[in-house]
Amino acid sequence: MTTHATAPTSATEVITTGRRGRGPTPATGRRRRRTLFPYALIAPAGVMELLIHIIPMLLGVWIAFLSLTQLSIANWVAAPFVGLQNFITSLDPAGPIGSQFYGALLRTIFYTVVVVGIAWSLGIFAAVLLNSKFRGNGVLRTLFLVPYALPGFVTTIAWAFIFNQRDGMLNRLLVDDLGLLTERPFWLLGGNSLIVVIVVTVWQFWPFAFLMLLAALQSIPDEVYEAASLDGASLWKQFTGITLPMIRHANVVLLLMLSLWVFNQFDVPYLLFGPASPEEATLISPLIYQQSFNNWNFGVGGALSVLLLVVLLIASAFYIRLVMPKGQTIDD
Amino acid sequence: MIETRGFRILRAFGLVFLTLIVVVPLYVILTTSIKPLQDVRGLFQWFPSEITFQPYVDIWTTVPLAHYFTNSLIVTVFATTLSVILAILAAYALSRFSFPGARSFSLIVLSTQMFPGILFLLPLYLIFTQIQRTVGVQLNGSYLGLIITYMTFSLPFSIWMLSGFFAAMPRALEEAAMIDGLGRFGALVRVVLPVARPGIIAVAVYCFITSWSEVLFASVLTNADTRTLSIGLRAYASQTDVYWNQMMAASVVVSLPVLIGFLIVQRHLISGLSAGAVK
Amino acid sequence: MKKSRNIRWAALAATAAVSTAALTGCGGTGGTGGSADPAELEGQTITYWASNQGSSISMDEEVLGESIDRFTEATGVEVELEVIPWPDLYNRILAAVSSGEGPDVLNIGNTWAVSLQSSGAFIPWEGDALEAIGGQERFVETSWATGGAEGQAPTSVPLYGLAYSLYYNTAMFEEAGIEEPPATWDEFIETAKQLTKDTDGDGEIDQWGFTLAGQRVSNNAHQAFVRGMQNGGELYTEDGQPDFTNDGVVAGVTQWLDLMDENGVVDPSNAEFTDGSQLPPELIDGRAAMMFDQAAGKTFAAAEFEDFGVAPIPMNSADATGKEGTQSHVAGINVSVFANSDAKDAAIAFVGHLTSDEEQKTLNAAYTSLPVVTSAMDDPAFDTPEMAAKKVTYAEHSQPMPLFPSEGQMETLVGEAIAGLFADIAQGEEVNEEDVRAALEDAQAQMPAS
Repeated sequence: MTTHATAPTSATEVITTGRRGRGPTPATGRRRRRTLFPYALIAPAGVMELLIHIIPMLLGVWIAFLSLTQLSIANWVAAPFVGLQNFITSLDPAGPIGSQFYGALLRTIFYTVVVVGIAWSLGIFAAVLLNSKFRGNGVLRTLFLVPYALPGFVTTIAWAFIFNQRDGMLNRLLVDDLGLLTERPFWLLGGNSLIVVIVVTVWQFWPFAFLMLLAALQSIPDEVYEAASLDGASLWKQFTGITLPMIRHANVVLLLMLSLWVFNQFDVPYLLFGPASPEEATLISPLIYQQSFNNWNFGVGGALSVLLLVVLLIASAFYIRLVMPKGQTIDD
Repeated sequence: MIETRGFRILRAFGLVFLTLIVVVPLYVILTTSIKPLQDVRGLFQWFPSEITFQPYVDIWTTVPLAHYFTNSLIVTVFATTLSVILAILAAYALSRFSFPGARSFSLIVLSTQMFPGILFLLPLYLIFTQIQRTVGVQLNGSYLGLIITYMTFSLPFSIWMLSGFFAAMPRALEEAAMIDGLGRFGALVRVVLPVARPGIIAVAVYCFITSWSEVLFASVLTNADTRTLSIGLRAYASQTDVYWNQMMAASVVVSLPVLIGFLIVQRHLISGLSAGAVK
Repeated sequence: MKKSRNIRWAALAATAAVSTAALTGCGGTGGTGGSADPAELEGQTITYWASNQGSSISMDEEVLGESIDRFTEATGVEVELEVIPWPDLYNRILAAVSSGEGPDVLNIGNTWAVSLQSSGAFIPWEGDALEAIGGQERFVETSWATGGAEGQAPTSVPLYGLAYSLYYNTAMFEEAGIEEPPATWDEFIETAKQLTKDTDGDGEIDQWGFTLAGQRVSNNAHQAFVRGMQNGGELYTEDGQPDFTNDGVVAGVTQWLDLMDENGVVDPSNAEFTDGSQLPPELIDGRAAMMFDQAAGKTFAAAEFEDFGVAPIPMNSADATGKEGTQSHVAGINVSVFANSDAKDAAIAFVGHLTSDEEQKTLNAAYTSLPVVTSAMDDPAFDTPEMAAKKVTYAEHSQPMPLFPSEGQMETLVGEAIAGLFADIAQGEEVNEEDVRAALEDAQAQMPAS
C-alpha cells in the first residue's frame, strides 16, 4: 500500500489528531481569508435552504401565534393574532393538550435514546465487520442496505403482519411452532406497542448508520491497525483506541441527525396504528399532526412544533458543547 | 481491523446475526409477493400454498407503475445530483475557510432538522403558490418543485457529513496540487473529491433513498402526471380492497433499482486515503 | 326534461348553431350552468379532483373518463381529471384551501362538508348555481342535508350515496339453521351467539358471530352515532355543544363494546384491526358470520364469494322510526366547486352533469353506491339484494352525522376513545358503562370550545 506524505504512520499519531477533532493540521493553521469565495460556495445551498426550509419554518413559527382554524385557513393572512395563547394551551398540564404533551415528550425522549442507541450499535458492528475484505462482502453490504432502501410504507406493513396477534408470524412462532407461550399476546395494543414502534424504527434506521460509519471507517489506513496489533492491542482496544476516535466526526454528526429524525418520527406509528396510537405509544409528532390536521387547530400544532424546536435546539447545543471542546468550530 | 482468528469468528457470528435481523421481515415481503391473495389472509404460512408470479404482472395495470417509476427516477436523479454538488461546495467552504457566519450557517441548516415536516408542508405549498403567481414558474405539481424540495431536504445532513470528511483530509494534499498549477477548484475536483469518495458515495445514497421513498411532501406536491412511486404504492390499498401481494411485489420492484445501483457503487465505498493519494 | 338531458346535449353538440335557443327553451334546468351560455363554456378547461371510489385508480380513471367524454361532447368543456388516493385527498384539499391554488371541482368525504364549509373556500349552492343543477328537490332529502350546516346554503352537493348494512355469510346461517337475518338488536346478539362456536373441537372458538375493526376510528364514531340514536341519545345538543356522555350515547357505545366484552361474539383479536378492508375476508374465510359495512358487495364479488346476504342494521325495536330508527349515518361522497375557480360556470355545469339522472345511474352502478337523486333510484341497476336493502336504509333510516364544524374532531376523539376501550377489553379488562362514560367524558373534554 502506498502512503502519501502526511498519512499518519503510527497509531499514537492518529489518536492524537483524532482527539483534536481532526481539523486542519497545525502546520497549515487557520487563515482568515477575507474573500467572498466561501460565501459564493455556500450561496447555492443557502438560498435553497432559505426558500424551502427556513422560510416555511418561520411561517410555521408565526402560525403558532395565530388562531388558525377552519374558519381562517382560507385567508390565513388575516387569521387573528392570539399572542401566547396557543403556547399556554399547549403547556397547561391540566388541559387536554398539555396533559398529553408532557407524557408524549418524555416517551419520545425515551424512544429516541433507545432507537438511536440500538441503531448505532448495530450500524457500527456491521460497519466494522464489513470493512474487512472477504468474499461476498459486496452482497452483504447491499443486503444490509435493504431495510433502508425499502419503502417505509411497505416495511411497516410487513412488520404489522409479523406482529398481528392472531395470524402474525411472531405469535405463530412463539405459540404454535415453539410452544413457548400458551396465550397469544397482543403486540399492537397496550404496553407492547411501544416495543413494536422501537423495533420497526430500528430496523429501518440502522442500515443508515451502517452506511455512514462504513464510509467513515474507510478513512482509517490499515497501517494504523497493523501498528496497533504489533503493539499487542486487543480487538476491543483497537476499536476504542483507534476506530472510534478516528471516526469521531462522522459519529458526532450521525448521532445528532439520527436523534433529530427519530425524535420527529411520524410515519411508523401512523402506519402501524392508524390515526389512534395506543396511549402507551403516542409520540410527539403524531400528536402535532392530530392537533393540526384532525382538529383543524394549526395554531396549537404550530405552538407544539415551536416548543419541540426549542427543546431540540437546547439539547443540540448541549450536545455540541459536550462533544466539541471550546474554541473548536463545528466543522473541525 | 486486523483479521485475527478471533475477529474472523466474531465476524462470522456477527454477520449471521445481522443477516437474520434483515432477512426475517424481508422473507415476509418476498413470500407475500408470490402468494395468491387469499393466502395472505389467515394464519401466517411459512410457505406459499402455491407460488404465483401474477402479482408481478398485475402491479403494472392496477396502478400506472411504469409512469410513476419514470417520475421517481427523474425527480430522484436530479435531486440527488444537485444536492451532492451543492453539499460539496458548501462543505468545502466550511471545512477549508474560516469566515464570519460559517458557524451560524451550520447551525441554521441544522435547525431545519428539528421542525416536524408536517408543519412545513402547508407553508411550503403557500410559498410555491406565491412564486407561481409572481414569477410564473410552475412548482406545485411539477418535477421542478419536487426536485428542489428533495434536494434541499437532503442538504443539511450532506453538508454536515461531508464537511467532516473534508476536514479530516490533510490540507497538504490540495496545497501540493495547487502548487502544481491546479487552481483551488482544480484541486477540489482532482484531489479532494477522489479522496473523499466513500463519503460522497454514502451521502449520495442517502440523498437518493430519501428522495426515492419520501411520501408526505410528494402526496401534496405532485399531481396525476408527476406522482411518484412511493405515492403509487399506497394506491394498492384502495377504499375497499387491499392487494397485499401486489403491494409487496411492487415494493420489491421499486427497491430493486436502488439496490442494483448500490451493488454497483458500493465498491467505491472502499477507497479512501490510499487510493486517492497524490500520484 | 331532466331525463332527456344527455340526449339533448348530444343533439346540441351536433347542431351547435341552434344550441343556445334550445337551451333557453329548457329553462336552465339542463344543467349547463344556469346563467351561462353554453357557447361561452365552449373551449374552457376545468380541473377535477376525484376520490378513489373504484377498486383501483385506473378503474376510476376509466369510469370517470367516459363520463367526462360525454360532458365534453355536450359542452365543449375540457376536464382534466385527477383521481387522488384517499390518504392524500384531505391534505391536498387543505393545501388548496389555504393557498387558494386548487382544482375547479373536487370530491370530499361528506362528513368533512361542514368543516370545509366554514372555511369559505367553496361556492354556496343557491340561486343560479342551484338552479343549474336542477334544484334541491331532485336530491334525496337526507343526502342533500349532508352538504353543509343547517340554516346555511350548502357548499357541497351529494354525489355518491352509501349506507351501512348487515352483511352475513348465508352458508354459515344455513348450517346453524338460521333462516332470517336478525331484525332487532336482541335477536342480533342471539344469532351472533348461536354462530360463535368451536367448530373443530379443540376447545377454542374458531368461528365468531360478528366481526368489527376495533381500532378503526371513523367506524367507531359512526357506530357511536347510530347506536346512540337508537338509544335516544345524540352526540351534540341542538345548539351544537358536544354531549358525548348522555345516557343514550353511553348505552349505545356500551352495546357496541359489549359485542366483544359481555356478549363475547367478537374475536378479541379484532380489537387490533385498523381497517375496514380487514373485515370481508373474515366472512369469506368463515371466521365470522356477520359484519357491518357500507359497500362490501364489490369486495365479495372481486373475491368471487357469493354466499352472502344483506340486511338492514338491526335496531333496538324492529319497527322503530325517526331518530330511534337510525341504521346508518348518511354516508357518501359530495362534490364542491372551488370559490377561486376562474371557470365557475363550467365547473357548475360539470357538477350538474355528474348529478344528472343518467350519470347518477351510470356512476353509482359502476361504484355500487346509491344515486343521490330520487329519480335515479328506480333504475334496475339498484335492485340487487344489496342495493335494495341499502336503498331503504339510505332513504328512510339514515341521518346525517352531526352538522357542526367540529364534527371531524368529534369523530377522532369518540372513535379513539372506543378504540382504547376495545384494546382494554381485548387484553382482558372488563369494561362497564361507567368506564364508557369516563372515556367519553375524557374525549369531550378535549373538544375545542365552540
